[in-house]
Amino acid sequence: MSSDVPTTTSTMTAAGAAAKQSVSGVEAVPGVSKPDPILTVDNVTRRFGGMTAVDVKHLEVQRGIITALIGPNGAGKTTFFNLITGFDKPSSAPKLIGGPKAGEAAKSTFNGRDVGNTGATKVAKMGMVRTFQLTKALSKLTVIENMRLGAKDQPGENLFVSVIKPLWAKREAEITEKAEELLSRFKLLDKKDDMAGSLSGGQKKLLEMARALMSDPVMIMLDEPMAGVNPALTQSLLGHIQALRDEGMTVLFVEHDMHMVRHISDWVVVMAEGKVVAEGPSGTVMDDPAVIDAYLGAHHNTDLGDDSLLTDEVAEELAAEVQNEELTEGEIKA
Amino acid sequence: MDQLLQTLYAILNSAISPQTAALAIAAIGLNIHFGYTGLLNFGQAGFMLIGAYGFAISIIAGLPIILAIIIALVAALIFALILGIPTLKLRGDYLAIVTLSAAEIVRMVGRSSLLTNLTGGSNGITGNEYRSPFTDLSFFGNGSLDIGPFKYDLTGSNGWWFIATAWFVVGLLCLFAWAIMRSPWGRVLRGIREDEDAVRSLGKNVYSYKMQALILGGVIGAIAGIVYILPASLQADSMGRSMTYFIFTALLLGGAATVFGPVLGAIVFFAIRLFVQGIANQFIPSAIMNGQQTEQFAWIVIGVMLMLVVIFRPQGILGNKKELSFDVK
Repeated sequence: MSSDVPTTTSTMTAAGAAAKQSVSGVEAVPGVSKPDPILTVDNVTRRFGGMTAVDVKHLEVQRGIITALIGPNGAGKTTFFNLITGFDKPSSAPKLIGGPKAGEAAKSTFNGRDVGNTGATKVAKMGMVRTFQLTKALSKLTVIENMRLGAKDQPGENLFVSVIKPLWAKREAEITEKAEELLSRFKLLDKKDDMAGSLSGGQKKLLEMARALMSDPVMIMLDEPMAGVNPALTQSLLGHIQALRDEGMTVLFVEHDMHMVRHISDWVVVMAEGKVVAEGPSGTVMDDPAVIDAYLGAHHNTDLGDDSLLTDEVAEELAAEVQNEELTEGEIKA
Repeated sequence: MDQLLQTLYAILNSAISPQTAALAIAAIGLNIHFGYTGLLNFGQAGFMLIGAYGFAISIIAGLPIILAIIIALVAALIFALILGIPTLKLRGDYLAIVTLSAAEIVRMVGRSSLLTNLTGGSNGITGNEYRSPFTDLSFFGNGSLDIGPFKYDLTGSNGWWFIATAWFVVGLLCLFAWAIMRSPWGRVLRGIREDEDAVRSLGKNVYSYKMQALILGGVIGAIAGIVYILPASLQADSMGRSMTYFIFTALLLGGAATVFGPVLGAIVFFAIRLFVQGIANQFIPSAIMNGQQTEQFAWIVIGVMLMLVVIFRPQGILGNKKELSFDVK
């Protein structure tokens, strides 16, 4: 692990401490209001036929911290992401005729502006940029072209300007420099002229994240950034996410791996069956009975793959437990 | 031997003919749709017809040639808007269906007997009615010029003036296509071709870019229509579904998403047809296949060739396999 990437287990940065501090006084109840919310969501419902995928009454995301969104499969996390970022419309969206009642219509505000009825393009332009669970690296463009595509304010993206290169060459040089800087941070610089399709799954995740950063977002939304990434790369990804927070960005991410969530997030929101069932600081939210019921299970604190945890004591305990179960089963049979 | 030479001459002459240039121009337009943006436009011939009618009718109405050309291009722009507004937000298949039928509508309206005094109905408009303002522009002088196998009048219909302007337009449009496709604008299009949502998530207005591409390619199609009718006559049926199919064949043959692919494809398309026909005429006894049948045979070979290209060399002659415009598997 190189020195410029902050490792997850190492000492906490000053910004990290400040981030934790900013939400320390907030009560850990679902839908609680935060001191400085960047994103506020109200009454967002999404139904697919008779199934309600998302039903969030109220949620606030604090500015400048890492918020993790966790929950079992089918909890509606990705759908919720799509709804916030404008890729999907809430079923409860206000309509001209026959919509929901005034107080019950979906409403979301980002950075002080209403984004309830805004399309994905505009949401991204406002500074809320997302990545996808199934990576959408454009595999038939080169890595550097992927990066350039992410940049904002490109005069050359206007058809009439594009014909004359001198009009956009300067900006192109600027964004290329920025892209190379980001690529070297994400260890992709030597791949810059390769087709993005030739990258590994984990590298595509990195590329997608780097591409999202090209637009200098205010808030970055990562949909399962760690899925399919090998452990070594996971470490550096976590480092990158923390570095983003330390630079002042707000991060909201969906993740399954509880250990990762615990390491890096400042605040955790737990969804189950489309609802926010709990939220709180990462250290305490895992002890919430609602979370344990919905998601974690009783043994969530044990790393089942870690042999070093399997001391003689634990082994005896487990053996006793198994015997006990066999006995009870025997009783039932008898 | 003599006949082989004749076939060769026929091929060379078709390679430089304004008709080939028109096909190349239409394919350049379609390349912007299909090759770079991934828009399935099955009605490029409709854009050609719109351009051709716009030009011919304006000239006959007594407008100056520049204005006639502008009217033709604006007509294509409006046509593209009408097709694009309802379909570009939907999946690509819808655009394919709508363009296919819209092109047919244009053709049917054009050949309808109700409009005979405007469009000439199914007989169309003869070239003499709209050609003269264009031949008047010629600075080639009168007389004729023979260069090797090419023997044409300098200015007369189908002469050097027509050939030169047609290929000049092809060159200009190639340059234009190259310039816009290397730019950030072209990069957005190539991004859209692969994954609209990814481009949308980066804050680009995908709908607007698709519309721009549809309009641009359609306007280039209208230019192709004008070039196509100048040395010949305007007949609605000459720009029907089969024309769209020729344009697609030329594009795929030469290589979609390349600058010179459409041009090379258009030349090769006609060359192969004449070659097959010439060879069949010479070596297959007329008891088995007569002159008319060899022509049909040549079309069959073209069709088989299109299939072989798509299956075995989907990137075409010039294309880059890594940057295929469509996935075969």
